[in-house]
Amino acid sequence: MNNQSCIPIKKEWDIVGARQYGRDIAKNLGFGSVDQARIATAISELARNIYLYAQKGKICFDIVEGVNKKGIKIVAIDEGPGIEEISKVMEDGYTTSGGLGAGLPGIKRLMDDFDIISEVGKGTEITVVKWLR
Amino acid sequence: MMRIPILKLHNYLLISIQIDLDDQTAIQFQEDLLKKIHETGATGVVIDLTSVDIVDSYIAKVLGDVVSMSDLMGAKVVLTGIQPAVAITLIDLGIHLKDVPTSLDLEKGLIKLRQELEE
Ligand SMILES: Nc1ncnc2c1ncn2[C@@H]1O[C@H](COP(=O)(O)OP(=O)(O)OP(=O)(O)O)[C@@H](O)[C@H]1O
Ligand SMILES: [Mg+2]
Repeated sequence: MNNQSCIPIKKEWDIVGARQYGRDIAKNLGFGSVDQARIATAISELARNIYLYAQKGKICFDIVEGVNKKGIKIVAIDEGPGIEEISKVMEDGYTTSGGLGAGLPGIKRLMDDFDIISEVGKGTEITVVKWLR
Repeated sequence: MMRIPILKLHNYLLISIQIDLDDQTAIQFQEDLLKKIHETGATGVVIDLTSVDIVDSYIAKVLGDVVSMSDLMGAKVVLTGIQPAVAITLIDLGIHLKDVPTSLDLEKGLIKLRQELEE
C-alpha cells in the first residue's frame, strides 16, 4: 500500500496547513486525541524548522504497516544549510534563533521512531513514526 | 493572519482563543494585548485556551512572553482551560510554563486573578 503525499512548506501558513493535514490522517487511522495532538505538534515543529532555517522544503506523509502494527510516517525534507553537529541540536534548550530549543528534542519524545540525516550545505531529512497501539 | 478579540470587563481583559494559531496571529495578539493593557490600565488578564488543541514550542514561547510582558506592565495573566492533550504535549516538549498561573476554567481563572491581585 502506498499512500504517500507531500505538503510543500514555503510560507508561514503552510506550518498550520501541514499540521492540520497530518492530524486528519492520524485521526482517520484511529489515533486518540492525545496522540493526534502529539503528531500535530511534531509536524508543527518540523515545518517551522524548515521554514525558519531552510526557507523551503516539504513534509511527506505515509501510512506504514509492520507486523501486527500500523502507523503514520512523516518525513521532513529540505535543501537548506544542513546541521553541523546533530548531537548539539538534539539537546534541550539549544537554539540558534532565540527559540526555546525545544523543537527537535521534543519531536523525539512526541514520536516513537526518530531518524535524522543532515549534510552541511546539502540539507536535512528527518523521519519520524508514530505507531498505533 | 487573524485578529483575536480582546474583551474588557471592569479592570480585566478577557480573551478566548478560538482558532488554530499561526505565528503571525500569535505575535499580533501579543502586540494587541499589550496595547490594550496600556490603554485601559487593566490589572488582570484571562486567556482562555479551551478551544486550542495544539500549542507548539513557538506558541508556548509567545504565551510565556505575553505573561512576562504583561507582568512588567502591571497586569497579572492567568491561562485557563488548557486541554489534557495540550498539557501532555507541552511536557513532552519539555515546556513546563512554571511561572505561569493557570486555572481549570474561566470562572476559576477570574477567582485566581482576584486572589492574586489582593495579595
Ligand atoms: N531543518 C533544519 N535545517 C538547518 N538547521 C536546523 C534545522 N532544524 C533545526 N535546525 C537547527 O537546530 C537548532 C535546534 O532546533 P530546535 O527545533 O530544537 O529549536 P529551535 O527551532 O531553535 O527553537 P524552538 O523549536 O523551540 O522554537 C535550531 O536552532 C537550528 O540551528
Ligand atoms: Mg524549532
